[in-house]
Amino acid sequence: MSNMEKEPFFSAKNLRVFSLPLLRNNPVTVQILGICSALAVTAKLKPAIVMALSVTVVTAMSNLIISLLRKTIPDRIRIIVQLVVVAALVIIVDQVLKAYVYDVSKQLSVFVGLIITNCIIMGRLEAFALGNRPWPAFLDGIGNGLGYGLILVTLGFFRELLGNGSLLGYKIIPDSWYIANGGFYSNNGLMLLPPMALIGVGIIIWIANSRKKKA
Amino acid sequence: MENILSIFIRSIFIDNMVFAFFFGMCSYIAVSKTVKTAMGLGIAVTFVMTITVPVNYLLNEYVLTPGALSWFSPDFADVDLGFLSFILFIAVIASIVQLVEMIVERFAPALYNQLGIFLPLIAVNCAILGGSLFMQEREYANLGEATSFALGSGIGWWLAIIAMAAIREKITYSNVPAPLKGVGITFIITGLMGIAFMTFLGIQL
Repeated sequence: MSNMEKEPFFSAKNLRVFSLPLLRNNPVTVQILGICSALAVTAKLKPAIVMALSVTVVTAMSNLIISLLRKTIPDRIRIIVQLVVVAALVIIVDQVLKAYVYDVSKQLSVFVGLIITNCIIMGRLEAFALGNRPWPAFLDGIGNGLGYGLILVTLGFFRELLGNGSLLGYKIIPDSWYIANGGFYSNNGLMLLPPMALIGVGIIIWIANSRKKKA
Repeated sequence: MENILSIFIRSIFIDNMVFAFFFGMCSYIAVSKTVKTAMGLGIAVTFVMTITVPVNYLLNEYVLTPGALSWFSPDFADVDLGFLSFILFIAVIASIVQLVEMIVERFAPALYNQLGIFLPLIAVNCAILGGSLFMQEREYANLGEATSFALGSGIGWWLAIIAMAAIREKITYSNVPAPLKGVGITFIITGLMGIAFMTFLGIQL
């Protein structure tokens, strides 16, 4: 791809690079990458969204930087170079989160740092950024970040709704529905526990696979 | 001493790296197909974790925390290098993994052949970095506590991946719905194992 003619910024090929990871080649459900640091942050919707945005920024920027440097990095030490670039980006994201959304940053605790070892980032750097021009690499980073974010937000949505009866901290289920107030409804506390995130991902993979078969 | 023992038990069963925090899931899912390879990766993770966490503990204690540099010169008493911790931790981990790889290759070729492919993977295993970050966040009181936490977490991860590999070896003979085969069912089993492990929460240490 590197010795190709100049192509328009939003050519069909570039758009494909961007949209493929959203559903068809989703990093979580299809490539099984980046589950590590993600699941514990999805008990509520807000940390899930913040985490998704942070990962998107880091994936896109690191893809861009590594792609710009790809001809100068010696092959033998590329992992260390990649780790340093990613770690520097994560430090920036961490400082920004601490400055602007301190409460969420406290909730995410060590998981912001774990973006460094998120397999999506290393995987995309190795598989895409090292062999492609900066602009497609940037789009690939955004696409993969958003594909990952999609799963995170879906999980966060259902876990907060079913486990807490709220979304982004606002009550959705009316108070009069609850058993305590003479209603019929009660929150499913199990949804907030860590294992439900895993079972949730399992179910999402199940749905994704059975849809793919039909298509 | 009691404290060290309780941290050890706690990090194996209650705060299990896999079931409570999902650390190292990528390699956990990818390598848990057979018990033999799972064993190799489990040993390697435990090994690297037990070395890196104490080293990072010392680094954190004497370089990174606010005022930690005052042993060097009193002028540095109000220097806070905390923001550098990610980059230093990952650098320590990557170089120790490289070092361990070379030492094992030189002195224990048999072990090297067993661990060979797994060692480089470990540099980017979230469990290892997660161990160091938790060590920093939980502020263990001394080197002994940090080491026992590292060893316990490593063993906990090892236990989890071996249990998973054993179940997956058996489940290939079961009649799992086709779209759920492979990764899907692995996630759900891990979730169920996580629920089982939550019973350890009742233990008072």
